[in-house]
Amino acid sequence: MIEIIGGIIILLGAFFILISAIGIIRMPDLFTRMSATTKASTLGVGLVLLGTALFWQDTGISARTIIIITFLFLTAPVAAHVIGRAAYFDKVPLWEKTKVDELKGKYDEKTHDLK
Amino acid sequence: MSFLEVAVNISIIMIGMSLILIFIRLASGPTIEDRIVALDLLAANAIGFVAVYAIQNKTTTFLDVGIIVALLAFLGTVAFAYYLERRTRK
Repeated sequence: MIEIIGGIIILLGAFFILISAIGIIRMPDLFTRMSATTKASTLGVGLVLLGTALFWQDTGISARTIIIITFLFLTAPVAAHVIGRAAYFDKVPLWEKTKVDELKGKYDEKTHDLK
Repeated sequence: MSFLEVAVNISIIMIGMSLILIFIRLASGPTIEDRIVALDLLAANAIGFVAVYAIQNKTTTFLDVGIIVALLAFLGTVAFAYYLERRTRK
């Protein structure tokens, strides 16, 4: 029974990883690509690691997978924020159908401080 | 073949396909930020692949590799972004 649950969780995780890869190919600009990849890939890798922990049911393996999951959930948003900030200052073009750019005019162009 | 083995094989195929798609974006990304995002995602996929591969071959050694890859990917992304941001600051 636990094998079937583990297999379903691993399949679900691999499906989310595939969705994030399709997102990075299909989305029109950098910021929508980041929104597709960070969330879907974090969930996908987390589910795959959870399935791995279910498969072995061993304390050492579970500790390792929980460490990786915690680390991913803590660092993925930070990394996405840092790349997005650098890309905004580097003037990466937005998609032409973007409606609002709420950060426009709120940053000092020279020093990158908030006005 | 049990259900778990089938699931693991299908997962390996799916993660491999996503690795190919990410490599396409890594090669063709119009800006350098696209390439950094692709590299970050590549590392996340590598962790998932390592986990599935460990189940397929019934070896637990590879899970340590996952920890190291997660650490290095975060460090690399933050370093790239830091220098990109400093390049545009005056």
